Amino acid sequence: MSLTPQPDTELPSTETKPRSGLLRHVRELFRMRVDKSTARVGLAAICFTGLFGVIGGRLIYLAVTSDASSEMRRVTSSEISAARPDIVDRNGEILATDVKMVSVFAEPRNIIDKDEAVELLTAVLPDIDATDLRNKLGTKKGFVWVKREITPRQQAEVHRLGIPGIGFLPENKRIYPNAEAAAHVLGFANVDNVGIAGMEKYIDSQGLQDLNGAGFNITSADLKPVELSIDLRVQHALRDELQKGMTKFKAKAAAGAIMDVNTGEMIALVSLPDYDPNNPVDALENDRINRINVGVFEMGSTFKALTTAMALDSGKFTINSSLDARSGLRYGKFTIGDYHATHRVLTVPEVFIHSSNIGTARMALGIGVEGHKAFLRKMGQLTRLTTELPENAEPIVPGRWGELNTVTIAFGHGLAVAPLQALMAVGALTNGGYMIKPTFLKRDAPTAMKTATQVIKPETSEAMRYVLRLNASNPAGSASAVAVAGFFVGGKTGTAEKVIHGRYSKNKNLTTFTAVLPADKPRYVFLTIMDEPQAIPGTYGFSTAGWNAGPVTGDVIERVAPLLGVPPRFDPPSQPFPLMTRLGAWGTR
Amino acid sequence: MVSRAERSAFSDWWWTVDRSLLAALAVLALSGLVFLMAGGPPVAERLGLSTFHFVNRQVMFLMPALAILLSVSFLSLRHLRRLALAVYFVGMILVLLAFQYGPEIKGAHRWIVIGPLGIQPSEFVKPAFVVLAAWAFSEGGRRKDMPGALLGFLILPATIIPLILQPDFGQTMLITVVWCGLFFIAGLHWFWVMGLGGAGLVGIGAAYEFLPHVRARFERFMDKTSGDTFQVDTAMESFSRGGWLGRGPGEGTVKRILPDAHTDFIFAVTAEEFGIVVCMIVLVLFAFIVLRGLSLARRNEDTFCRLAATGIVFMFGLQACINMMVNVHLMPAKGMTLPFVSYGGSSLLSLALAMGFLIALTRRRPRAEMMDNFNQDWSRR
Repeated sequence: MSLTPQPDTELPSTETKPRSGLLRHVRELFRMRVDKSTARVGLAAICFTGLFGVIGGRLIYLAVTSDASSEMRRVTSSEISAARPDIVDRNGEILATDVKMVSVFAEPRNIIDKDEAVELLTAVLPDIDATDLRNKLGTKKGFVWVKREITPRQQAEVHRLGIPGIGFLPENKRIYPNAEAAAHVLGFANVDNVGIAGMEKYIDSQGLQDLNGAGFNITSADLKPVELSIDLRVQHALRDELQKGMTKFKAKAAAGAIMDVNTGEMIALVSLPDYDPNNPVDALENDRINRINVGVFEMGSTFKALTTAMALDSGKFTINSSLDARSGLRYGKFTIGDYHATHRVLTVPEVFIHSSNIGTARMALGIGVEGHKAFLRKMGQLTRLTTELPENAEPIVPGRWGELNTVTIAFGHGLAVAPLQALMAVGALTNGGYMIKPTFLKRDAPTAMKTATQVIKPETSEAMRYVLRLNASNPAGSASAVAVAGFFVGGKTGTAEKVIHGRYSKNKNLTTFTAVLPADKPRYVFLTIMDEPQAIPGTYGFSTAGWNAGPVTGDVIERVAPLLGVPPRFDPPSQPFPLMTRLGAWGTR
Repeated sequence: MVSRAERSAFSDWWWTVDRSLLAALAVLALSGLVFLMAGGPPVAERLGLSTFHFVNRQVMFLMPALAILLSVSFLSLRHLRRLALAVYFVGMILVLLAFQYGPEIKGAHRWIVIGPLGIQPSEFVKPAFVVLAAWAFSEGGRRKDMPGALLGFLILPATIIPLILQPDFGQTMLITVVWCGLFFIAGLHWFWVMGLGGAGLVGIGAAYEFLPHVRARFERFMDKTSGDTFQVDTAMESFSRGGWLGRGPGEGTVKRILPDAHTDFIFAVTAEEFGIVVCMIVLVLFAFIVLRGLSLARRNEDTFCRLAATGIVFMFGLQACINMMVNVHLMPAKGMTLPFVSYGGSSLLSLALAMGFLIALTRRRPRAEMMDNFNQDWSRR
């Protein structure tokens, strides 16, 4: 044993030398091994490190999930109205834009006296429901809206109340300076500035909401305006004329559209009654639908243009073919008659201008059911037409399409399509035979031609322009009402009896008018629809298209043609339809 | 600076104490005051006291606390043990007297009121208990004529039975855990550690399985939606509102409804006003004190010093950990204060005593000074 003290070393004790292995182990169990304490203190240090680490980890977790670092950001991205790009018309006029508004929010858990807060707030903002507000403040949420989009004066008053836990957030409110003018095209955005109809919804589907959701802080100034094909001036004029016509003819509804036949751009689209997108409370009422896109109608005689084009394009008929309209066309127990019966043999242009059901039906029968179907499919009349507008409708096509169906569809009964679809087809019939899908976004002719398909021969297209013009220029034609001097307009009427309770009504009509401007070198097609127009003094008891939809279209053309840059011509074009003249078609001499 | 050339009691002290430990404690006590300025006023207002009542009282207690800490840290080991013994006995007597004369606060007799001062004697018993238990274990390991292990064994029930009767389960638990830790450090065979640990786990499992109130309490901790979890919910809200950088001093609002914002839940108040970053700094400060204390204890050659320092660090570290874990909802609510940060006169003075012990125990000493019973050892041989 050394004399140097060894405080931590066990003194070896001779008298406790173990005798047997087992006993030694048992004794060992009860011996305190102070010499091991150094290592064990180290072990304790490791345990403490772990414990502190756990607390630290928990603190980091709490910080990451905390309100201050995430809730406000979450709120700003999801609750606050996101910025939206401006929507402008084809000339850059503003159709929809964002303005800054202030909304009041509450953080319920920071409000000390909730009843007092409710009392004070309802005194300043009388139109909020006190019970509802009290319930909202009673929750444990970190964020509730009190009132969206208040005036600066209200903001000042709420601010003066000095309630803790009440705050303001700037928001974007969507406004439509032209109110109803382009309501159905624009659609509208809800209070969170999320587009829920029309082009507003289309814009969102292009990824704007995703950007906002990802926390990008964008203002509407950063966003490129969306340029529509709509011309606000034309839109306004169209709406005004339709409204006048609707009042004049006491119609339930009216709708109109103008399309550029060379680009497919929709220059104007109006459906009345409409709504104010700034306050779209009645936008969802049944009669406010967009009749051009969403309504499907039997287009009546307007469809005869399609049948005629089919007949001419097939080669089985020429412009000089004659069709027997001396007596009604009997089909089974049905007899097809003519509204303006002529009781003679008619040439193709005559069939068209007299709007002969018999002649048109004979043309369709000459082509046959399958050929008819194939042609209508090619013209896009049997499938749903989708445009940028999210609202669209599927045509109502007969389930079993027999010869009788072909006969009736030939003159526009038995197949219900969206008017826009019909307009698209008329565009293709007149523009040289190119099927161009309508668009609500501005584009130029070369871009449009990239996706266009040739559906009929250019010669057929010329024939169609010819008969449409003839329909307006010939005194016997049903479209004489649109023969606006100097614009060389062509057009076709259509009157369909409405289906009420499963049968055709004799006195409730849906009248349509399709016009092409100018007929020799078309640039625009016009469509007007009137729902249940009434006979008025001056229409001699008639309520067919030639007496209401036709004149309204004439007024529209007269008013918007100068806006569209179509100059009036004092002399008619010398050789508008050279081919027709050469063929010696009826009416060219 | 204190010269190394001439020896004085102060220069001896200055050059042998662990100055980084002292500095950390000073920073902790001062930041505790700042945090109390956030946590104290809402409680003071609730109780109808002046706004900075608790802060003023805490400052008032910091002076004697500082005196106790420094003077205790000057003590030699022999005097330290004697002081611990004296404090222990006086403390235990006062604990017993409190049953008779102490007022009943929240259903427990914990306080002795002398004039305007209320003291909680069990607070002072804690550090003294640790020192005495460490003494007993170290003596038991060194000398065969002292029944050290037995004394070390008996001191536990002697201390906790009055505490259980008070009742004060938080202190009881802390003392028991620290005692177990000491026993382990003192060289308990792994057989017992594992056996007792296993028995403990089995016991907890059995309690959960067969005792409905234990199960209810555990489930209430696990399931936020059941039962009364107001304190914990409010504390979590403090953290969630505070975020990384906090709302700023005086900007806290959750603290107004947080019970015990000045004591048990001051950590949550700190998070709300100063941010979780500051909470992390506080955590690091505690971790530094604990790990520095343990590393000093580990290096110490004297068994008693090592055991006693470890025990005191255990007590300090566990108390801090339990408090913080309750605050961040890693543990069910326990009446445990955050050392040097929570308001509490007795607690502060007791901590000063404990830290004084720790500083004294971790002073660098010549071996001869530690071997004050060297001669006895020699004569025995």
